[in-house]
Amino acid sequence: MKYISEFRRQDLAQQLAAAIQQTVVPERQYRLMEFCGGHTHAIFRYGVQDLLPANVEFIHGPGCPVCVLPTGRIDNAIQLAEQHDVILCTYADLMRVPATARNSLLKAKAGGADIRMVYSTQDVLNIARENPARSVVFFAIGFETTTPPTAVVIKQAKAAGLTNFSVFCNHVLTPAAMQAILAAPQPVAIDGFLGPSHVSAVIGSSAYQPFAARYGKPIVIAGFEPLDVMQSVLMLIRQLNAGRSEVENEYARAVTPAGNLKAQALMQEIFAIRPQFEWRGLGLIPNSALQLHADYAEFDAEQRFNLPAISASDAKGCECPAILRGAKKPKDCKLLGTVCTPENPMGSCMVSSEGACAAYWSYGRLRA
Amino acid sequence: MGESKLFFLQSKIIVPKSYLSRLNLATGKVDLSHGAGGRAMAQLIDELFIKHFDNELLRQHNDQALFTPPAGRLVISTDGHVISPLFFPGGDIGSLAVHGTLNDVAMSGAVPLYLAAGFILEEGLPLAELEQIVISMAAAARLAGTPIVTGDTKVVERGKGDGVFITTTGVGVVPEGVLISGERARPGCAILLSGSIGDHGVAVMAGRENLQFGTSILSDSAALHTLVAAMVAVAPTDIHCLRDPTRGGLATALNELAQQSGVGMLIAEAQIPVKAEVKAACEILGLDPLYVANEGKLVCICAASAAERILAAMRSHPLGGDAMRIGEVIADPNGFVQMLTGFGGRRIVDWPVGELLPRIC
Repeated sequence: MKYISEFRRQDLAQQLAAAIQQTVVPERQYRLMEFCGGHTHAIFRYGVQDLLPANVEFIHGPGCPVCVLPTGRIDNAIQLAEQHDVILCTYADLMRVPATARNSLLKAKAGGADIRMVYSTQDVLNIARENPARSVVFFAIGFETTTPPTAVVIKQAKAAGLTNFSVFCNHVLTPAAMQAILAAPQPVAIDGFLGPSHVSAVIGSSAYQPFAARYGKPIVIAGFEPLDVMQSVLMLIRQLNAGRSEVENEYARAVTPAGNLKAQALMQEIFAIRPQFEWRGLGLIPNSALQLHADYAEFDAEQRFNLPAISASDAKGCECPAILRGAKKPKDCKLLGTVCTPENPMGSCMVSSEGACAAYWSYGRLRA
Repeated sequence: MGESKLFFLQSKIIVPKSYLSRLNLATGKVDLSHGAGGRAMAQLIDELFIKHFDNELLRQHNDQALFTPPAGRLVISTDGHVISPLFFPGGDIGSLAVHGTLNDVAMSGAVPLYLAAGFILEEGLPLAELEQIVISMAAAARLAGTPIVTGDTKVVERGKGDGVFITTTGVGVVPEGVLISGERARPGCAILLSGSIGDHGVAVMAGRENLQFGTSILSDSAALHTLVAAMVAVAPTDIHCLRDPTRGGLATALNELAQQSGVGMLIAEAQIPVKAEVKAACEILGLDPLYVANEGKLVCICAASAAERILAAMRSHPLGGDAMRIGEVIADPNGFVQMLTGFGGRRIVDWPVGELLPRIC
């Protein structure tokens, strides 16, 4: 646990808490959006909010890949598994996400569809090799963190001439989502951002420069450990007090300005940018997602199975869209804890442990 | 072993041994005849189960075991074991099937007396593996002093099982004056934990083929009744609840007790022992050790005045050396289990949802 437990030390947390307490200007509010679900999870799991002054407020961002996937794409995946008789492989988080008509991948699996949970993209390739007579589709989701592993298997499949393998691509891009939040017609009041940690290790800290400059918001790239979060909060408060809006990097042990160039090159080779993509909560965002590059079109499940675009609406009363924009908090939702619980999620934010509603319900409702 | 015991007897009396070729334990496999009630089944039971489980009640050769219970209140508990893989670091489905049921019996404060075992074998299971499991089960039962006195064997077609499923049932007797039950937690009671959490779950996950990572962690699978006896001996009336935190881990056990008793709990993360290797494995897999299974640990809720006495008794037992006082029962109409985090904050420790699965980010 070396290099991890150091970042969870209570004595250091107390020192940082004291420093933050001394640094905040009592009269003002600090509204900080933690972009990533990983941060949301850490804040609730370690009780970080308890160590901060009342005028420092976290606004939970859209950086939970499961949460921002629109219902129509889950419907597509169920279609693939049920109507095209494929082996659909997916990360476990997606299994319980609500689809149209109270369906889900978990229910489709119980109904006989061949849906398999995988731990890594390599598992999918192995399943394709072991089942040459079946068509195997990987339901790919995630930000820039999970995109390179998808790229690697597509490249490997091409090299191996694996014709029964394809990818239902739902990879999305972080900067586009950040842009959408900042450029919204009625933007949510946010003073600064805790920037993504793993995503930034891939795309680099310089990717955020345009936002800091154009919108005058400080961004601190923050690691996922609780001390990282607190240190980053302190850095943001210092910037805000000084009237600065810069990109700073608290997570320097993993993130460089340029990022992982090898992963970036691989993504560029395998994928192309979609003209637009629907995000739950944020709507259609131009240039915000990836599809397979024309050179790899044979592995594109959307083309291979001619998947229709499905526009599906969220459950009535579900506040996931507003929560994902930062406009509302989980406790503002009438469904929370009544009809919507982790056991019976109505909206996507209640599914993943990184979803704001699930984190709030599992770890934080005692503060309600 | 159901009606097959009759065949077993017949095979001893009527059929000369030489008529049967010996069970091929080296390369043989379970086939449908081993469950068909014929001579092959009798032979399997004779040369495998009876040979290893051997005890006086089993030697009665009846479809049931007949015994006179000692004075006191009887408890009975049953548990199905379907673990995959069948063999894991620190144990196997056989020893687990003994420990799991013994522990359920022991969590009432009972002294376990006897076990019964039902086997569902999948066609194709190597007899060598079955023998290894039966030997392990026999050893665990012998070590615990709790003989397996009756049983049953069925065979299902290939693809309809997962090698072997074992259901065990145990009976025990609760000493006079002992009243241990899940609804007896009261505000002010102390919460004790017998040792480090998460060992079993991590050992089993490490054994799964698609999750290959090296770890030296062994399952903690063990029979806890002697530990319980040592605790009951020093505080016969002060132990309110006992629970072994198996599936769903410590978090689930505490939530169950909180709900049953209509109370809240406040535990301190810093007091909960977790081995460094378990912490590291959970970190890699994105799991929380609070939710990872144990098979040789118990949670004890007791009168605060007796906590140190019981803790001392636990610590002087081989299975309770790392026992800790981890928190207290509080009044809370919501029934929340709260935790002071090692980081200095506070959070709810909720019921788990679904299977433990690695997170993707």
